[in-house]
Amino acid sequence: MSLTSEDSHLRGNYILTIADNSLILAQRLGELCGHGPILETDIALTNISLDLLGQTRSYYQYAAKLAGEGKTEDDIAFLRIEREYKNCLLVEQPNTHFGYVIARQFLFDVYHFMLLEKLQNSADETLVAIANKGIKEVSYHKRFSGDWVKRLGDGTEESNQKMQEAINDLWRFTDELFYMTDAEKAMAKDGAGVDVSTFKEKYYEEVSEVLKEATLTVPENKYFTKGGKEGVHTEHMGYILAELQYMQRTFPNMQW
Amino acid sequence: MNLLTENLHIESHLIPTLETVSDPEIPVLTVLDLGVIREAIEENNVVKIKLTPTYSGCPAMDVIADDLKAAFAKINKEVEVELVLSPAWSTDWISEEGLQKMEEYGIARPLSETHDKDVLLGEKKLVKCPQCGSTNTHLVSQFGSTACKALFKCDDCHEPFDYFKCLK
Repeated sequence: MSLTSEDSHLRGNYILTIADNSLILAQRLGELCGHGPILETDIALTNISLDLLGQTRSYYQYAAKLAGEGKTEDDIAFLRIEREYKNCLLVEQPNTHFGYVIARQFLFDVYHFMLLEKLQNSADETLVAIANKGIKEVSYHKRFSGDWVKRLGDGTEESNQKMQEAINDLWRFTDELFYMTDAEKAMAKDGAGVDVSTFKEKYYEEVSEVLKEATLTVPENKYFTKGGKEGVHTEHMGYILAELQYMQRTFPNMQW
Repeated sequence: MNLLTENLHIESHLIPTLETVSDPEIPVLTVLDLGVIREAIEENNVVKIKLTPTYSGCPAMDVIADDLKAAFAKINKEVEVELVLSPAWSTDWISEEGLQKMEEYGIARPLSETHDKDVLLGEKKLVKCPQCGSTNTHLVSQFGSTACKALFKCDDCHEPFDYFKCLK
């Protein structure tokens, strides 16, 4: 398949809207390495981080190929400025407490699974291959986070209250998952990308179902915030990048 | 369906060397047992290998690629490794011999897709303890020491063990 340079550019940007979510969430989960509430959960969260990072690499390798000019996956991961990262605001939110870690993961996993389901039908065969591989991993993530939502929600009075607090707090970031950038619109039209608006309703249904089973209240808050997908991030993003990019900024061109 | 014979293209004279390379996490399994080598052909003294990852982020893949290079360097051959994502690796690609070695090593073999779901949701007791053979076992964590395994414990001999998750 040969693409014009404008198409490649658009496709590269589209890939970032998917891949940056995985990178930033992987980084957030990586912060928990050695700090999980119990050993098994620590291992689970870092395993999920590793899966996401692996997926990110596949996307970035493809984006680097499209960009040409000798760009590498590391350039894309480490050498962009904040405005150039296209992840949604949800994934950059901090690990405030375990309820937040689980709520963020759950709200993202349900979306991520549906996105990859659709991406499996992309007209772009590289994206299909990455989606086919990734969806198997994400089905495990979704099961893990969904189980914990139920366990905490339907647990003690305190775990219920903390889970509810996290869901309420992060709810305002869910609408952005379905906001479409110009690159996404163009790619969806082109058949290579996914029209995320098509599964918005299904997303809220599935999320609500799990929350109800967890004896949690589905937030009715209609105030939503967005920006990440256009590169306008919350104050947390700068700190994430400072840590993420530290080695590459300190020792330019270093390699592992 | 036997994917091992249908989709593999491995030149037979390369097999002895490939057999010397094992999975760094499960050293009893060779890369051939694991089914991660999809193609190995030699052209002008350069061995071209197509490697498919078990999990996207599996760190063993980088090690395996290095080990392949080292193994072929011993017989003065260069290696080019290409990572191939599609078709995605499946636990069906692990050879029967590999599954047996895995069990002897202390890792329970993957169950069928439906049974896998049952045990990971804690609904049925089907995973056989590789130490004592009892199926009176329970899930400790869906994620074990590596991305491909879950952690179980035997309720008869009380030994903890890894279960290789089904991936299809």
